[in-house]
Amino acid sequence: MATVKTNTEAQRLSFWERIYLPAIAKGMGLTLRQMIRPKFTRQYPEQRWNPEGSYRGRPVLVLEEDGERCVACGLCSRVCPALAIEVRAAETNGVKERYPALFEINMVRCIFCGFCEEVCPEEAIVMSKDYELVFGSQEEAILGKDKLLVPISQLRERLEFLRQWRG
Amino acid sequence: MPVITIDGRLIESAAGKTIIEAAYEHGITIPHFCWHPALSVAGNCRMCMVHVGSHKKDKGGTLLFDDNGRADVAWMPKLQIACATTIADGMVVDTLGKHTMNGQNAVMEFLLINHPLDCPICDEAGQCKLQEYAFNHSKGQSRFDEEKVHKPKRVVLGPEIMFDSERCIMCSRCIRFADEVAHQPVLTFTHRNDKVTIETFPGTEFDSPYSMNVIDICPVGALTSIDFRFRARVWEMSFTDSICPGCARGCNIKVGIMNNEALRVEPRTNMHVNEYWMCDYGRLTTPDVINQNRVNGPHLRADGTLILTTWERALEFAAHAISSVKPSQIMVLGSAHASNEDNYALSRFAQSVVKTSNVDFIKHIDHEFGDAFLRVNERAPNAIGAHTVGIAPAHGGHTVDELAMRIRHEDIKILIILEDSAEAHSHELAEAVASVGTLIVLSSHMSVTAHQASVLLPVAGFAECEGTFTNILHRVQRFEQVLSTKDHPRTMTMKNSRWDKFGAPNDRWTKGTRRDVRPGWAIVQDIANIMGAGWTFASAKDVFTHATHHVSAFEQLNYELIVQHQGAVLGKTHHPEKNVPVYESHYMKPQ
Repeated sequence: MATVKTNTEAQRLSFWERIYLPAIAKGMGLTLRQMIRPKFTRQYPEQRWNPEGSYRGRPVLVLEEDGERCVACGLCSRVCPALAIEVRAAETNGVKERYPALFEINMVRCIFCGFCEEVCPEEAIVMSKDYELVFGSQEEAILGKDKLLVPISQLRERLEFLRQWRG
Repeated sequence: MPVITIDGRLIESAAGKTIIEAAYEHGITIPHFCWHPALSVAGNCRMCMVHVGSHKKDKGGTLLFDDNGRADVAWMPKLQIACATTIADGMVVDTLGKHTMNGQNAVMEFLLINHPLDCPICDEAGQCKLQEYAFNHSKGQSRFDEEKVHKPKRVVLGPEIMFDSERCIMCSRCIRFADEVAHQPVLTFTHRNDKVTIETFPGTEFDSPYSMNVIDICPVGALTSIDFRFRARVWEMSFTDSICPGCARGCNIKVGIMNNEALRVEPRTNMHVNEYWMCDYGRLTTPDVINQNRVNGPHLRADGTLILTTWERALEFAAHAISSVKPSQIMVLGSAHASNEDNYALSRFAQSVVKTSNVDFIKHIDHEFGDAFLRVNERAPNAIGAHTVGIAPAHGGHTVDELAMRIRHEDIKILIILEDSAEAHSHELAEAVASVGTLIVLSSHMSVTAHQASVLLPVAGFAECEGTFTNILHRVQRFEQVLSTKDHPRTMTMKNSRWDKFGAPNDRWTKGTRRDVRPGWAIVQDIANIMGAGWTFASAKDVFTHATHHVSAFEQLNYELIVQHQGAVLGKTHHPEKNVPVYESHYMKPQ
């Protein structure tokens, strides 16, 4: 009966490697080092993160003192790669003849690419800092104008960022 | 005929033609705003400026060539407008070179000086010639820092037309249209220079029955439809070729739909029928004809009211009723509103399954409607087609005119009526129909007769199935399926907008009503098959092919031929007309 030569991982280990103690000591050392290092974890709900102006969070509509900027041209909806945006226009008597009668963003579809913001000729849709997006159902994730319109005062940082970095 | 060279291509065209016409005949499009093949030449937009010259000859008359073998051309020092320069033998035209481009770019820059560039608001965006040429001919930035001229906006020129003077580039297409095509010369330029605007003469308004065509030919968004304003972007709609059902002219149209609802109707160029135009009546009423007052799902009468039922039960009821009386007691009414296919299937059904000779249809003549241009008094789109495919009383059969009397005398116990309403014939017939033993109605709309039905079978209207109409000029024209139905969704072969292409069932914009309707021929076939006929038509095309073998006037016709030649005239199907170049004013329509 021929003997079968084997070359397993266990056979290749040296004595010190086999008893495993140095490795445990090394591991404990790492753990101890981490314990005395300063902590980086944010205590999230109590401690919130304020992103930079460049952050692309939930897209929102800019609300100025005299009303929304959006004229419902539909370009955001056309450019959206995920078809998340639906716009229906209607006529007003104002200087801008057109306004969005319906503006819906399906946050389940949105991929936060920012194309809508980039294409908008009125700078009416911008990416906000809002990253807290939790929905109980698909219908709830479709945001209408009531949830999308955000006063311009809350969007200054993003608008400043766009002015700085846009051509 | 003079031979000219355009961009190195030798082109032969009739003497007296202009450069732009000769080029168009040969598939070369020279940028233009004010030129339109159906209107006189105005030459005021200057967009079609091209570099023109003539081939040099020596004293003996031989053409001269340079060392490289290229034609030696004596160029005119200034650019010429292609729409008003007639061609001459030996003319050389350069539509793409540096000189031409510089000229056209400069014209675009001038036109854009006072244009408000409010494309986000403007309804024309997406099918605008100014956008199109701005894309090709301008730098994307204006050198004009001064304030743009402000002119009247939202001026109502007529009951259907809103005018925005700031957007207008003063091409005068609308003025010439009102003058030369609509024959209502009420529009004119007023003021001068950059203050120039378009107005109606005092005390007049542009209310011609064809007024809305100016919206189509307006190269910018200066003229917009009051009816349609801001309802949808052009790229959000799926446009499908169809035929206007408003009268027997059968104007070729495109129907724009969104969310399975027809929103807009535009004329489609067919030089044999409607040229570039259609009437306002057809344009404004066709979307409502498609969307409103429709039958959805088969209904059976129980305890005096129509109740929604299944197709099986409704068809079973109809077949059973037809089998239960003598064939001579059954009257079959075809329809001038239904397609050739539906009428053919019904006429065969009457002949070979029911075996009755009482076949006829109701004529829809309105002496008030017709005019000298497109509109005709025959109000239903397919009266000639219905008659041609055999909707006519066979020998001894009752006609629709004696139907009321026959019903009263109980000679007729069952009436099968396709896509029509008895009151369209007379009040007398409407009253009589209410008292007929069994009334089998195949209807797309909830007409008075549909409300009286014993069994109501919902027919796919002209927008929900494919088929053909034969117009008043005996021209068989094809219409395609525009809307999805419950059984037959839009297919990828149909022209779909991005929304229709990629919308998923959980998207809100895909939730439009898909009606539970079937094409007329399919319903007739189902009833025939319950009665043991064994028909096997799978599509309208099958029915049409069958008709070409059995109706002599339709011989040698097929859908491909009809589409290729934009219709085929009955009796001349062996020699279809030569295809002519189809001019579309605004051809860039992003889907």
